[in-house]
Amino acid sequence: MKVAVLQFPGTNCEYDTVYAFEKLGAITQVIWHKEESLPEDIDLVVVAGGFSYGDYLRSGAIAKFSPIMKAVKKYANNGGKVLGICNGFQVLTESGLLPGALKRNESLHFISRHHNLKVVANDNTFLEKLSVNDVVNVPIAHHDGNYYIDATGLKELYANNQVLLKYTDASGEISNPNGSVDSIAGICNKEKNVFGLMPHPERAMETLLGSDDGVKMLEGFLSA
Amino acid sequence: MTAIVNISLKNGVLDSQGKAVHHALDSLHFEGIKDVRVGKQIILKIDSDDHDKVRADVTQMCEDLLANTVIEDYDIELIK
Repeated sequence: MKVAVLQFPGTNCEYDTVYAFEKLGAITQVIWHKEESLPEDIDLVVVAGGFSYGDYLRSGAIAKFSPIMKAVKKYANNGGKVLGICNGFQVLTESGLLPGALKRNESLHFISRHHNLKVVANDNTFLEKLSVNDVVNVPIAHHDGNYYIDATGLKELYANNQVLLKYTDASGEISNPNGSVDSIAGICNKEKNVFGLMPHPERAMETLLGSDDGVKMLEGFLSA
Repeated sequence: MTAIVNISLKNGVLDSQGKAVHHALDSLHFEGIKDVRVGKQIILKIDSDDHDKVRADVTQMCEDLLANTVIEDYDIELIK
């Protein structure tokens, strides 16, 4: 499996992402945002976390105009798989590849800690190795993770099984850290080839570092 | 010409910053404040006197970049 990991000025999770996918046996390549095309024969593009362009204007707002994003849009529109983590999720919503938007956390605080997530839908490549209602523990680290979508959009998400993950406690009861609509932590597009989540599965790859629940999540892409 | 773009969260989208500022003003005993919204202002100096064209251009800038119309409204004021 070959994975392209995008790097913008201010991205800071690209090497964690490389570590995670190489641990799973994938071949990875970090792609600078000024590139105008993606490598051929890749199986997945990851828009890694961080603070692209210093989060100026809005998180992800400037990154969407980077040359590589044109290639990513084309890749996604042809059915290519794209995963956006944290800032990558913000870039994908800003780009229109995923519905909704990420607002400032309701508490206005930057939140950095482990959090539990419940799997809401697994009829997709990303979470197919997990069961619905499984609870995973992964780090969250964001200031703008408060997912917003209007009522009509939310209905559509549910109707198409696009709500993937929700913030919960360890027993799977809703526990919302940032004010997200319906405690949503991750979604996908209608076609189920573009995925976005605020939590960091790539930082949950070693029990020594608190959790290896990210392995089960990212493994889903291996079989694709 | 100067274009002043005011951007704020749409009505119905919770404005956490506005809420926090409202709370702070209450604790300073300023009375009668019904609502506080926090937005941002972007000021563009544009080398043109063509009112209609500038408005059309700035509107496009708002749609493409300056505002996220999923959550934000924008308002454009032009000053000669």
